[in-house]
Amino acid sequence: MSTPAASVSTETGPATSTNTAWRRFRRHRLAMAGTATILVLALGCFLGPYLLPFDDTYIDILQRFAPPLSGVHVLGTDELGRDILARLMMGGRISLAIGFLAMAVAMAIGIAVGVIAGFYGGWLGSALMRFVDAVLCFPTIFLLLALAALTEPGILATTLLIAATSWMNVARIVEAQIRSLRERDFATAARSVGAGDLYIMFRSLLPNAMAPIVVAATLNVAKAILLESYISFLGYGIQPPASSWGNMLNNAQIYLTSAPWLAILPGLAITLAVTSFNFIGDGLRDALDPRLDVN
Amino acid sequence: MLPYLIRRLGQALVLLLIVSMLGFAILHLAPGGPLSQFALSSQMSPEDIARISHQLGLDRPLPVQYADWLWRMLQGDWGTSYRDGSAVLYVIGSHLRATFELMATATLIACLLGCWVGILGAIRRYSLFDTLATVGAMVALSIPTFWFGLVAIYIFSVTLGWLPAGNRHTVGDDSLLDLMHHLIAPALVLALVEMAIWARFMRSSMLDVIGQDYIRTARAKGLPEWSVLSRHALRNALLPMITVAGLQFPTLLGGALVAETVFTWPGMGRLFLDSIAYRDYPVVMGILMLSAAMVMLGSLIADLLYAVVDPRIRME
Repeated sequence: MSTPAASVSTETGPATSTNTAWRRFRRHRLAMAGTATILVLALGCFLGPYLLPFDDTYIDILQRFAPPLSGVHVLGTDELGRDILARLMMGGRISLAIGFLAMAVAMAIGIAVGVIAGFYGGWLGSALMRFVDAVLCFPTIFLLLALAALTEPGILATTLLIAATSWMNVARIVEAQIRSLRERDFATAARSVGAGDLYIMFRSLLPNAMAPIVVAATLNVAKAILLESYISFLGYGIQPPASSWGNMLNNAQIYLTSAPWLAILPGLAITLAVTSFNFIGDGLRDALDPRLDVN
Repeated sequence: MLPYLIRRLGQALVLLLIVSMLGFAILHLAPGGPLSQFALSSQMSPEDIARISHQLGLDRPLPVQYADWLWRMLQGDWGTSYRDGSAVLYVIGSHLRATFELMATATLIACLLGCWVGILGAIRRYSLFDTLATVGAMVALSIPTFWFGLVAIYIFSVTLGWLPAGNRHTVGDDSLLDLMHHLIAPALVLALVEMAIWARFMRSSMLDVIGQDYIRTARAKGLPEWSVLSRHALRNALLPMITVAGLQFPTLLGGALVAETVFTWPGMGRLFLDSIAYRDYPVVMGILMLSAAMVMLGSLIADLLYAVVDPRIRME
């Protein structure tokens, strides 16, 4: 999509130019700050460990509980003398990766269910959406914990479980979009020239519902990172010796009096990442929603 | 009103049925199974396990187990805890009060503060206060509740020593004052996220109403601004908050689980976690069903209330 800015259509249809959206997104200062933060965090987590002199699993029992900024360990050490910065970076890899992967899986499920329910409607559509309603009745953390307790913990399991408990809102959004788009002229036109159901659903309708889907995807990354931290904190997510921002907090409560930085640093990282994704989602919503064109 | 009521109740019942099937499927089709804890023990022979399995009815076909379970559930027999053999309803019931204390206090705080922030933000749109509140609400939604709890314990219990770091009572002290003292920190921690949600919805609802024609009319006929805002705008802007209250329930329950864990508050959320650790499936199942039922009941009540105060809803 490289529509020149001059030919931006003025109708409130789905034809929002990428350029206009990008211009609006750039004006959203918090979203830009969020993007920058995520880039820095991601780069730091994926490149940082190569630059650090410490391995995240290296145990230095003589150096345990070194406070931040007190010596060679910039952010201090934990109860086993492991370097916290190194662990934050390795944990960040896992937390961010789970955030993105869980989002991708959740989007795939949500889009598939939403498109099918919205396109076919009828008993199939309402059966699917009642199923969505039913899953949404369970408070996410309760459902996630019940499922996590029943499976072998691990990165893959955690990712899939988070996806399994966070696709429903996507399905709802997509279903509503497809249901309204399906009656539009271009869909009728596609059908009249003999396009198949699959083609209409995924090539004709879905691209026109991209704006809310992109926003939902961004917010889902934030939600997935948050959920990972919850179940890892409660002991059913990422298991030691692997670190994630959530499981670094798992032990921190015991040492709250003697080594508060163990609790404060990973939490800050989570908050920073999640806030950033939420702001990006906010900015994307403003940028992609044609009804909000202020100029 | 009556047709709406019947239709809405019917929907809720259908939903409850699907929810029950889902819950049953989750706990019975997953690997591990209720007897996995015994399988690890060397003192248990396969015959023993088969006998227990038969005693608990776990060797019957799943649809039969489901029908049996649902029928008992409806009669109030939610099974017995694998842990200590007491009735599930009794076990859950003995933890409900603490959870409700926590949730009600948090909701009260969140609703009052959140609505106030939202209203003020909408009235002074784009002011410094509004900007800070909007950003603050987003940050509050992004903070992991348990971490906020840890920070609160560190500041108010460890450093300042103002508040207890956990539990519901000081041992041997059953006074209301002591309970409230213990309630402050977990309730505030739980209220934070709720507050952010209330503030965001309240702000947008208020902005929506302020943009309406009847507000311009009220201003045009010369009413003082506070009267326009409080009697015309606010009263209408508060209506959608009924729905928000209903929608909050899942977040509130999930948040309560986390807050109860961090502050060792003896509520349903902690019971759930403990039961999961012990593979105490009847209790896990009971809490899962109860929380889903509460979520559904919450949105049902909110919908019905909304239909009562806003006649337009009933027409659709």
